[in-house]
Amino acid sequence: MAVVSAKRAARQRSGERLFRAATLVAAILVLALLGGVAVSLLQGAWPALSHFKLAFLTREIWNPVTAQFGALAPIYGTLMTSLIAMLVAVPIGFGIAIFLTELCPRPLRRPVGVAIELLAAVPSIIFGIWGLFVLAPILQRHVQPWLIAHIGPVPGIGVLFQGPPFGIGVLSAGLVLAIMVLPFIAAVMRDVFETVPDVLKESGYALGATTWEVIWNVVVPYSRVGMVGGIMLGLGRALGETMAVTFVIGNAHRISASLLAPGTTISASIANEFTEAVGDLYTSSLVALGVLLFLITFTVIAAARFMLLRLDRRALSAV
Amino acid sequence: MSRRRQVRKLGNAAALCLSLLATLIGLFCLGAILWTLIARGVSGISVQLFTQMTPPPGGSGGLLNAIYGSIVMTALGMLIGAPIGILAGTYLAEYGRDARLSNFIRFVNDVLLSAPSIIVGLFVYEVLVVRMGHFSAIAGAVALAIIAIPVTVRTTEDMLRLVPQGMKDASTALGAYPWRTITSIIYPAARSGIVTGLLLAVARVSGETAPLLFTALNNQFWSENLNAPIANLPVVIFQFALSPYKDWQQLAWSGALLITLAILLLSVIARLIIAALPGGTEQK
Repeated sequence: MAVVSAKRAARQRSGERLFRAATLVAAILVLALLGGVAVSLLQGAWPALSHFKLAFLTREIWNPVTAQFGALAPIYGTLMTSLIAMLVAVPIGFGIAIFLTELCPRPLRRPVGVAIELLAAVPSIIFGIWGLFVLAPILQRHVQPWLIAHIGPVPGIGVLFQGPPFGIGVLSAGLVLAIMVLPFIAAVMRDVFETVPDVLKESGYALGATTWEVIWNVVVPYSRVGMVGGIMLGLGRALGETMAVTFVIGNAHRISASLLAPGTTISASIANEFTEAVGDLYTSSLVALGVLLFLITFTVIAAARFMLLRLDRRALSAV
Repeated sequence: MSRRRQVRKLGNAAALCLSLLATLIGLFCLGAILWTLIARGVSGISVQLFTQMTPPPGGSGGLLNAIYGSIVMTALGMLIGAPIGILAGTYLAEYGRDARLSNFIRFVNDVLLSAPSIIVGLFVYEVLVVRMGHFSAIAGAVALAIIAIPVTVRTTEDMLRLVPQGMKDASTALGAYPWRTITSIIYPAARSGIVTGLLLAVARVSGETAPLLFTALNNQFWSENLNAPIANLPVVIFQFALSPYKDWQQLAWSGALLITLAILLLSVIARLIIAALPGGTEQK
């Protein structure tokens, strides 16, 4: 008897060691993934980075024939489209979050919330194809001519809205991005607003504040950090988004003053050119673009996650 | 005094109207996208779509090889990603609860969760495609697995943490080692939650396009060879939508509709399972 149970105990012990080791290895693998991504991208980008050095970051030229590559145009496009997306999506997402947490009649709250969350699951290629076939023609026919005629002549910001209405371009890409990150930003902001204790809001109302005053003076200050975190998470998505942008950006490696002109982003350049790139320097330059994108998004996402750490993880499990 | 009150009330009404307006704008845009998708996609849904290969330029055909390729790579990707994700999630939830290493892994996992998917594609290209010398279904599946892992880790950890401490204590009191408790008590108790996480991971993965562009590439023909380029819905949609041929564009819309329906269906099922979980109602 005693021998059998000793054997059993030994088996249990070794099972424990094995299982524990397996889970630990899997967990370490997650770390290794991020490290592996960083190392292998740097390795792939090395020929281009060592050849062009810092000039890679500051030159606009992108000429496969003469093998001259600079990342300025894609960097500009990535930042500009994301800026437009944020300018549009943040106020609207804020409005939706307020509507969902403070205004919406209770029976409607869940359906509208779920609808918005489900739309956050729609793959980005759908937004891209919609942008190309639906949004771009509408912009080209109706919106851009108006912008060119009315805002174009205004000194200062007019420069942004000059030239022919292409339909596709930086502005269109920014708008498609905005629509794509909108459900995401709205959902995170709503989750953040829901963490505000009712007692605080009720105190505001008891002092005679209006709904808006409670939102602006109680809810917003209380959830400021979470809001910024959510916005930056959305920004991280916008910066790295590929498919939604590639369809409507126009893929032109130049920086135009006008937002209506075609441009390119880092991810769109990689998606469009990578499989067709001939020559080591060309491929390597595209990987180097990937390294830049990785650095930019990593910074933004890490900062966002750091801010959101304070919040209950459970409240953000949908993200 | 009452004038001030009026101003405040007016400001309140204006702000609330704006917030209603924002919601309407948001819902309108998103509704418009779904509407276009259905309006343009449905007309291309036919038996042919599921029985014929992707056509050459100008010809007619279906999406059979692309649908098959997508299913194969998603399945293979989940086969690779799910065990790793579940084990890592188990470590975070049970073994390394609050250790410093765990917090770091959680943070890295969250970063991976939001990392641009095209970066994953580049990574797999550098690591697998360059070494193997050609594009392949395997490379595509690995790329998808890398995207599925962080989602699975996150949901598995959350779900394991929902299992009541009392159940774990009871098992420990009977003399069970942690691994017995985990495999015999915690996993069964959290099964539907873990399955939900896997469904969400499948939903996330099956629409991914960017990581497949230069790993699986595309293939105009039927291919069962995992070591060769394989057709898949997202890349076919990408190429066909940007082509000048009407037939191809129609196929792209139909494919887009199929993918979206599949993903929405998966998400709804996952949500229903979560809603049915004990104590899962506060989960969104």
